[in-house]
Amino acid sequence: MKISRTLLASILAASMALGGCAMDEKDDDTYQVVMVTDTGGINDQSFNQTSWKGLQDFHNKNGAIVRYLESKQASDFTTNLDRATDTYPDIVWGIGFSLADSLLQVAAMNPDINFAIVDQAFDETPQNVTGVVFKAEESSFLVGYIAGLSTKTDKVGYVGAMKTFVNDQFEYGFLAGVAYAAAELGKEIEVQEQFTESYSDVAKAKGIANKMFANGCDIVFHSAGGAGFGVIESAKENNQFAIGVDTDQSYLAPDNVLTSGLKNVDVAVESISDMDRQGEEIGGKTFSYGLKENGVGIPENNPNMDPEVYKKAMAIQDQIINGELVIPSTEETYNEFITNVIQK
Amino acid sequence: MTKFITILKKPVTGTLISIFFGFILAGVILAFAGYNPFSAFHALITGIIGRPKYLANIVVKSTPLILTGVSVAFAYKMGLFNIGAEGQYIVGALAANLVGIFVNLPAVLEIPLVIAAGVAAGALYGALVGWLKARFKIHEVISGIMLNWIALYFSNWVISLEGISKPNTSGAYPIFSSGWTTFLPEWKSTEAAADFMTNHPYLGDVLRTDFNGGFIFAIALAIIASFVLYRTTKGYQLRAVGDNTDAAEFAGIDVKKNIIHTMLISGAMAGLAGALNIAGNAPHAVMQLAAFEGNGLNGLSVAFIADGSPLGCIFSGFLFGGLLYAGQSIQYMIGAPSEIISILIGTIVFLVALKDVVIVLANKLEAREILKNKNNTQDKDKQVKGGVQPC
Repeated sequence: MKISRTLLASILAASMALGGCAMDEKDDDTYQVVMVTDTGGINDQSFNQTSWKGLQDFHNKNGAIVRYLESKQASDFTTNLDRATDTYPDIVWGIGFSLADSLLQVAAMNPDINFAIVDQAFDETPQNVTGVVFKAEESSFLVGYIAGLSTKTDKVGYVGAMKTFVNDQFEYGFLAGVAYAAAELGKEIEVQEQFTESYSDVAKAKGIANKMFANGCDIVFHSAGGAGFGVIESAKENNQFAIGVDTDQSYLAPDNVLTSGLKNVDVAVESISDMDRQGEEIGGKTFSYGLKENGVGIPENNPNMDPEVYKKAMAIQDQIINGELVIPSTEETYNEFITNVIQK
Repeated sequence: MTKFITILKKPVTGTLISIFFGFILAGVILAFAGYNPFSAFHALITGIIGRPKYLANIVVKSTPLILTGVSVAFAYKMGLFNIGAEGQYIVGALAANLVGIFVNLPAVLEIPLVIAAGVAAGALYGALVGWLKARFKIHEVISGIMLNWIALYFSNWVISLEGISKPNTSGAYPIFSSGWTTFLPEWKSTEAAADFMTNHPYLGDVLRTDFNGGFIFAIALAIIASFVLYRTTKGYQLRAVGDNTDAAEFAGIDVKKNIIHTMLISGAMAGLAGALNIAGNAPHAVMQLAAFEGNGLNGLSVAFIADGSPLGCIFSGFLFGGLLYAGQSIQYMIGAPSEIISILIGTIVFLVALKDVVIVLANKLEAREILKNKNNTQDKDKQVKGGVQPC
């Protein structure tokens, strides 16, 4: 009894001593960035990992402190964003639109810290929040165009994650690209579509892709984040082509990845953090990254692609950058695109 | 020496030794991976007691673990291995979410209703496992695992339906705020709250988190479960069935009925954990899941670290929640992968399974002690016989 009482007393004393001194004070010397992942985790081979790469590049260039927190469940978002504010960072990144509500809540409680979020544009952006969106429809249009020119069976597949405005960019950009190629070649190309309803269910994405290949598709594009691994695995097993997303995914299956629709989240994360570091006012705004800003695109080396096709795709890319070709990102603009551009 | 042996023989000693060695092994692994184990453990401890809100977050994180732990421990006393706690948790959360979306009542009615829905769903789902076992002798581990997957995909399907799925997110609509058990949810994002939090560092710190009343349920339930098991006829019957089914049946205890009852209660507790999570934590809604979140499965570890004692689950639940939450600090502060915490927890559970070694050790020590005493007394006897006075 006596022992346990002494033990209890010493634990209490220790906790008070540690607790008293551990409330960190702000350290003004070094610029500090923290990012909070969504439930995909830091090694999702997709935008969480790319964002972290951007921060590591940022660290290598100017020695800033960079840290990350991984979210395991949706209930971790607020907790982690709040935890991130404890070390008094200069900017806190939320990776992915799932964190939007939590980010607004935590930003309201910490008016002195800047927050930025990938893939989210708010209707009303608070003064200490920055939105970053990507014109993913532009890169998706390019890969759709490439898929349309490359298919031999005149059937291509698309595996989406779930119906959200971000996913719409990929979906309608891709559809428009395929339609554009079909119109150019003067033939019909069928697009089979299905959704995984998840960014991490690899098995489900693989099952969907297997079915598409069995139905005669020879190229499948995905925008299902980490779940999209399944699509690439399936392409490898069926010896057909997959089109990667977000990063150049050709290393996953060198002979079976046609190309990838890049979303250079690292470029955006790095350049916006740098703007903030140099004292530019970034709060209350939404930044948009397209082909022009090198925010999206396709890789330079595509060993599985016909060089002719690549040349044509680059010509289209120039048209998009010039503004001659405006790519649809929603169902409505897609339908307009079909009537105004394709059917002419 | 005898006192030392008595301490060794206590069940809790083995657990504490296992935890201690778990930390040592994790430290060795950290050192091999090139991280300083001392700074890692410093980060871990700071992550637990560094700020009031860390403690609040650990309480929040531990609440469902304690509940699923008690759920598993309760069924285990009756000899049932409730691996289905995960599925019961999922259906509990789903039912609570659905009721919270479609029914909007004042908080005094809404909160009990949301929680009751979760409890009922979990109880029915648990009772199904019990019924399958009692009626068709289907082992509860098999049916439990299968029903876990059914619950996962059923939940994913339901929350993808129109009217339930919140547009532009991967989850359902949150429940009405009258069903929230978080303290002062509305006030938190106001400017007055921001001022209050800066002026009251300690209290404000706690208010920043999702700190809610759920842990009171968890602790109360652990005590009630313990009372039911050891102080009531029902509990005696359950334990009798767990110790020896045939003997219990021979003594006139209805084994089949008790199996269903146990699973019903066990499922209700796991369902309560799910419902409290919806009521207490942002985003107050169920999300699409690709894999189990582990709230029920971690309950198995919690129950076994507690050696199947419902009261012990309070402590092991806090230990587990603390490690899960503060483990992030290791990764955050020194950059070690957060998997190290999973290794630490795994090692502890593994060593707890081996903790009977301590009892064996204690018995050996005791035997040696007795032998020594015996020799001593024999020596003394000889000396007495020899006529030499002992000093």
